[in-house]
Amino acid sequence: MSTKEKKADDLRVVGTRPIRPDGADKVTGRARFGDDIHLSNMLHGKVLRSPHAHARIISIDTSKAEALPGVVAVVTGADFPVIEHEMVSQGEAGLADMRDIADNCMAQDKVLYDGHALAAVAAENPHVADEAVQLIEVEYELLTPLMDVRSSMAEDAPKVHEHSFPGFFIAPTEAHLPNASRVHMSSGDLEAGFAEADHIVEREFTSETYHQGYIESHITTVDWDSNGNLTVWTSTQGQFEIRDNLADVLAIPIGRIKVIPMEVGGAFGGKDRIYLDPVAALLSKKSARPVKMAMRRDEVIRATGPSPGTYIKAKMGIKADGTLVAADLHLAYEAGAYAGGPIFLGVVSSAARYNIPNFQINGFDVIVNKPKTRPYRAPGAPQGLFAMEQIVDELAACVNMDPVDFRIKNLTREGDILLPGFPLAPIDTDLTLNTLKSHPHYTAPLEGPNRGRGMSYAMWFNLGAISSARLAVNPDGTVHLSTASSDMSGTRMTLAMQAAEALGIEVSEISADVSDSQSIGFSMPTVGSRTTYSTGIVVMEAATEVLKQMSERAAMLWEVDVDQISVADGVFSNKSNAEQSISFKELGSKGRDTGGPITVHQTSSPESFIPGVTAHLVDVEVDPETGKVDILRYTAVQDVGKAVHPDYVEGQIQGAAVQGIGLALNEEYFYDKEGHLKNASLLDYRMPTSLDLPMIDAVIVESPNPAHPYGVRGCGEHSIIPPASAIANAIHDAVGIRPDSLPMAPHKICAAIKRKQAASD
Amino acid sequence: MGKRHHVVTTINGEATEFLCEPRQSLLEVLRDVLFFTGSKEGCNDGNCGACSVLVDGVLIDSCCMLGVEAEGSEIETIEGMANNGELHPLQQAFLEETGMQCGICTPGFLMSAKALLKQNPQPDEGEIRHWLAGNLCRCTGYDKIVRAVQKAASNMGGGA
Repeated sequence: MSTKEKKADDLRVVGTRPIRPDGADKVTGRARFGDDIHLSNMLHGKVLRSPHAHARIISIDTSKAEALPGVVAVVTGADFPVIEHEMVSQGEAGLADMRDIADNCMAQDKVLYDGHALAAVAAENPHVADEAVQLIEVEYELLTPLMDVRSSMAEDAPKVHEHSFPGFFIAPTEAHLPNASRVHMSSGDLEAGFAEADHIVEREFTSETYHQGYIESHITTVDWDSNGNLTVWTSTQGQFEIRDNLADVLAIPIGRIKVIPMEVGGAFGGKDRIYLDPVAALLSKKSARPVKMAMRRDEVIRATGPSPGTYIKAKMGIKADGTLVAADLHLAYEAGAYAGGPIFLGVVSSAARYNIPNFQINGFDVIVNKPKTRPYRAPGAPQGLFAMEQIVDELAACVNMDPVDFRIKNLTREGDILLPGFPLAPIDTDLTLNTLKSHPHYTAPLEGPNRGRGMSYAMWFNLGAISSARLAVNPDGTVHLSTASSDMSGTRMTLAMQAAEALGIEVSEISADVSDSQSIGFSMPTVGSRTTYSTGIVVMEAATEVLKQMSERAAMLWEVDVDQISVADGVFSNKSNAEQSISFKELGSKGRDTGGPITVHQTSSPESFIPGVTAHLVDVEVDPETGKVDILRYTAVQDVGKAVHPDYVEGQIQGAAVQGIGLALNEEYFYDKEGHLKNASLLDYRMPTSLDLPMIDAVIVESPNPAHPYGVRGCGEHSIIPPASAIANAIHDAVGIRPDSLPMAPHKICAAIKRKQAASD
Repeated sequence: MGKRHHVVTTINGEATEFLCEPRQSLLEVLRDVLFFTGSKEGCNDGNCGACSVLVDGVLIDSCCMLGVEAEGSEIETIEGMANNGELHPLQQAFLEETGMQCGICTPGFLMSAKALLKQNPQPDEGEIRHWLAGNLCRCTGYDKIVRAVQKAASNMGGGA
C-alpha cells in the first residue's frame, strides 16, 4: 500500500468552509442541550447555598423541608461517602485532591465562599424544590473571610484549611505560606541584569475575578437505576472527567457510570468539573427516580469556577538599543477556596515570548474565600500580559522604538530555550508581527481628541493529550466517525474534514458524533485548544489504518498482493493491471463479501506544548468626562498553523478577542467587605453586547506545525490574551495614563485622568 | 403546589391550550409544559435574550412574562420559523455565515432578528447592533451574527 503525499497546497477538504452537520438543528431549535432532557417520572433538584463567605456549619435541620408536600428527597454533606484527602490523577492536567472536589460539591464542615452548596432537595417540580430549600435551617459560626490575595498571603493570616495539599494544575506548586503555595523559575543573574540595564520600569497591577459567562447554565440529569448503575445526561467539556470524578466522589466503580454528552451551550474551560452531578446522583438514589438539576444564573456566577483575580508586581529592564536584559515578576493569583488555580500557566505564558537572559518569576497560588477558580480560555495568561505588555510598550517608548519593532527585536524564535527549560517548537513568530505591521490598520490615520492606538503580542501553547476516535465503514460505503471530544463550536465538522482529507472522500460521505463514555475509549476533555489538533491526529491515524485494511480488501478482490494496491484521492488501483480500480465507496460497500465490516478504533496521545502566537491592534476613544472607553477598530492576527475551516477559525479569534475586551473593560466580581457577591446577574456582571463592538478583523496566518500532518495548531484560546494589554496601551496613547487595574472600568479611568490633570496643574 | 389555570393561545399558528400555575413563566410553560424546548433559558431575568419569542408580533423575553398572561395571544417561537422544513432566510444565513458556535443563543437571536427585519427590512450595521443588544452571545463576538443578518436582509430583498 502507498498513500499519496499530501502537501498543504493540494488539500481538497481542509481549508474549505462546509456547513456543519449540527447547524440545522441549532437554527431550528431542535438541538438537545443539557436542559432539553425530560425523562418520565423525573424530579427536579435545587441547592441550598451559603450566604456567608466563611463559616463553620454548626447544624443543618432539614425536617421542615422534608415535610413539605411534593418533596421526595433531601441530601446534605452527611449523605456523601467519607473520602480521605488524596491527590488523584486528572489525566494530563495533573493531580487533584478528591476530598476538595467533593467538598466543593457539598460542604462538609465549613462553607468557604458565598454560594457554597450545603444541602439539596428533590421535588415534583422546581418551584416546590425552591420552597423546600428555603425551609432548611442552618446554624453557622461566622469566620473571618479572606477576600484578597495580599491579605491571604500574610504570614500570620488564619489558615482557611486545616489540611490542604499545594496546588496542582498542569504542574505542581510547592508549599510556602499558610494559604499559598509557590512556583519559581529563574535564569541568569537578576542583579547583574538590572545593573546593565539603561532603562528600568517597575509597576504594580491588580485584577478582579471574572467568569467564563457561557449562556447555558450548568445542568445535569442523573438516573441511579435499580441495579446501582448511573446514567448522566449533561452538558460538559469531558464526559470522562465527569465519570471519573463521580466515581471518586461517590466511591463507586467507574464501570457503573455512563455519561451521555448533550450539546454544550458554551463552556470556555468552566465545564470540565462536577458540581451538581453527585448531588443529583444521591437524590436519585434516595428517591429511586431520575433527578434533573439546573443552576440559576446567580448560582453559576456565585458557585462555579471563575478566572482568578490577581496582584502583580513587575520590573523589566532594557539596554539603550532596546534589548531586554532583565525581568522580575511577582504573580499572585487567586486559587479560590481550594488550592490549584492556573498560576503555572500564568508563569509559563509570561515567560515564553521574549528572550530575557536574566529572568525571575515567582508565582503564587493563593487560597481565598471565593469560588474555586477553574480554567477560562488561556487560563492565567491575560492577567500576566496586562502587566508585562504595558511595561514592554513603556520600555519601547524609552528608546523611541516602534512597538512592533521592539517586540520583533526581543521575541523568541524556534529553538530558543524558554524560561521553563524547553526549546520553542517550530513556529515562524516573525510572521505574525510582520503581518500586523503591514496591515492597513497599522498605518491608518487616527484623528480626533482622546483617541489612541495600542498593540500587544502573546504566545500560548496548545495541549496534545489522550484522544480516541473510531471510524466505521458503513455497508453502503459511507463512513461514520465517533470521538469522545465534546463539540463546542464545530469540531464534529473539523474532525470529519480531516478524516475526509485522509480517506480521500468527500466530507458529505462522513457522519460524525460525540459518543457517550461507554461507547468509545478514554479521551481528555475538549480543553487547551486541543480537539482539532490532537483528536484530529488520532482521527487520521485511524484513517490510515482504514486505508490499509481497505487495500487488503482490494487485493483480495483482485487476487494480488497488497503491495500491488495503490490509493490516491479515494480510488484504489491495481499497479499491475491499469484497468482495475475501485472507488472508496464501492469498495466499502463490498465489505460483506470481503470479510465483514471495517471498524477501526484508535487511542493515542499527540505531542503537547505546541506554540501559537497572536498580535492585536486596537483603536480606542476615551471619554474624559465619564472614563468610558469605546473600541473604534480592532485587528487580530493569529498564527493557526493551518486553518481547517477558516470560518470557524475566524470565529474563534473574534470570540476570544471579544471575551478579552469584556475582561478588559467591564467584567468583574464585586464583593463587599464581608465577602458577599453583589453582582450575580447578567445585568450587573456586564458582558459585551453587539452594541459595544465594531467588526473584529481576524487575520489568519499559517506557519505549519510539523507535529500535525496538515500543519494545524490549536487556535481556540490565544486571542483572549492580548486585548486587555492592547487596550491599556491604546488608552495610554489616547489620554496619557497607565491603567493599573482590571477591569479598566470608567470610574478608574476617570480617576486616573483627574489625577494626571491634578499633577500637571 | 398552586392551583393551575386553563389558558388558550395560538402557538405558531396552531390553537394551543395549556394548564399552568400562576407563578410559571411563559418560558417555563413553553419548555416544560408544552415541550417547545427551542426557546432557551440563559438567565431567567430578562438579560440574555435566549428565550426571545414574539407575542402578538412583539419581541419579548418569555422568561419575563407569565404563562397566564398569554391568554388569547398569538405566540411565535423558533419552532415555527422554518416553513414545512424549508429554512427561513435568516436561518439559512446563520448557517452560511457561521453566525453561531455553541448554538444556545441562536434561537433567541433568530427571533430577535426576525422582529427587526419585520419593522426595518434593510437595517444598517449600527441598527442591527442596536437591536440585537438585548441578546447575549458569548462565543462569536457578534461579527458573524451581524453579517448573517445583513445577508438575510439582502436575500429577502427588503420584504420581511
